Amino acid sequence: MRIPHPDLGLRDIEEFTCLGDACLCERPQASADHRDFCDYLYLRDNPAGPHRELWFHEHGDQSWLIVTRDTCTHEILSVEYADMRPTEGGRP
Amino acid sequence: MTGFSAFRLLAEALRGNRGWTPHWRKAAPGSHYDVVIIGGGGHGLATAWHLARACRELRIAVLERNWIGLGNTGRNTTVIRANYLLPSNQRFYEYSLRKWESFEQDLNYNAMVSQRGVLNLWHSDGQRDAHIRRGNTIRLSGGDAELLDVAALRARYPFLDFDNARFPIKGGLWHGRGGTVRHDAVVWAYARAASDLGVDIVENCEVTGFEIEAGRCRAVQTTRGRVAAERTAICVAGSSGRLAAMAGLRLPIESHVLQAFVTEGLKPFIDDVIGFGAGHFYISQSDKGGLVFGGDLDGYNSYAQRGNLPMVRHVCAGAMALMPAIGRARLLRSWGGIMDMTMDGSPIIDRLPVEGMFLNGGWCYGGFKAIPGAGDCFARLIASGEPPPEIAAFRLDRFQRGRLIDEAGSGPRPNLH
Repeated sequence: MRIPHPDLGLRDIEEFTCLGDACLCERPQASADHRDFCDYLYLRDNPAGPHRELWFHEHGDQSWLIVTRDTCTHEILSVEYADMRPTEGGRP
Repeated sequence: MTGFSAFRLLAEALRGNRGWTPHWRKAAPGSHYDVVIIGGGGHGLATAWHLARACRELRIAVLERNWIGLGNTGRNTTVIRANYLLPSNQRFYEYSLRKWESFEQDLNYNAMVSQRGVLNLWHSDGQRDAHIRRGNTIRLSGGDAELLDVAALRARYPFLDFDNARFPIKGGLWHGRGGTVRHDAVVWAYARAASDLGVDIVENCEVTGFEIEAGRCRAVQTTRGRVAAERTAICVAGSSGRLAAMAGLRLPIESHVLQAFVTEGLKPFIDDVIGFGAGHFYISQSDKGGLVFGGDLDGYNSYAQRGNLPMVRHVCAGAMALMPAIGRARLLRSWGGIMDMTMDGSPIIDRLPVEGMFLNGGWCYGGFKAIPGAGDCFARLIASGEPPPEIAAFRLDRFQRGRLIDEAGSGPRPNLH
């Protein structure tokens, strides 16, 4: 599996670490309920098909990418930079 | 069904083996059952057998989307063991290991249960301390564990690379009652015994949805029609997330791919199961002679039942660091299985928030050894509605309650457990 990095082209997955579902970018507000934080931390859609996920280019340019990948075929459908600007809820 | 015995083998040999019959009936799905079990792997069939044995009056069906045993039961590395650190895990796996010890007698089937022993090596002072702690915990809980020093290991395993410059072997924790079981035979044994008790085993019948009315599951929709069920039990580890989504639920589970490997057949060389401590690598030798081994998850969500080449190289590097002789063997096959990786690395056996639905899943890569224990406990849960003490810690709401069972101590990262 190779990931088409937006600026660096096709890179081998050995350069990356996968963190998991990109829903981790949508952290609840600090004032949110305990249940919302539990759902955020533990529950996943875990789809069979297209899946938006966070990959870290650890042995590369240290960028965080959001990769949309089909979990049934491993085909990569799109890649974009993750928005790492601080939000009200804080960063993942 | 006629039981297997030495006398029967002899009689059949003299009659040209014409008296053997199929192990289980090829059932068509009925319209209504008391209990529908989804998933015809080891867990589903074990649950069906235990339930049918305890409650003879129940009408039970096992729905399998493919042929039985074609999923993870046929894809694992066949290891059984009970050498866990945390009390709730150790209690359950010890219970399951005891069930393995009586498996062949209970089911009248030769599953080649071989308690050949499981060895876990350590390579540093820190690992030594952790293994001593684990060994003491196992012994205090009534299990078996023994520390072996380098001299003892050298005598028993002359082929290991003890003086490896990076990962020298400093000792090992020996679990003598662990071992291996012929995985396919486990499925066949349960299918034969369950079918004999009247369980309908329906193959090539994929569940496509649930009929849920007023918070209660009434029926399952399948590719072979609607099947009404008082109780519906999910035993589809690897695909638990997919089934849960059909019921409108999200689970603390990600599906990941784990690869396993087998070499060409060799003369007897590895007597037991050996685990490398400096990387995730373990190996045993099948009775056919192939070296069966595995390692880490690939690390990303997958339902593809196949992995990528970097992990093949990583696992083989672990093999070479542990036993360089393996470099002379040719790799015959590699394959992937889909794991229900939970957020704490421990299983979930519980009622689901939908009335009449039960879940047995989240086995990560420890599901095979759990089959007899989980089948028994899950059947008791379905029959009574209350989880028996052996699985009382494996509740679904433990994540909200902060009662995680994190054996690896790696936090809510499914790909790190």
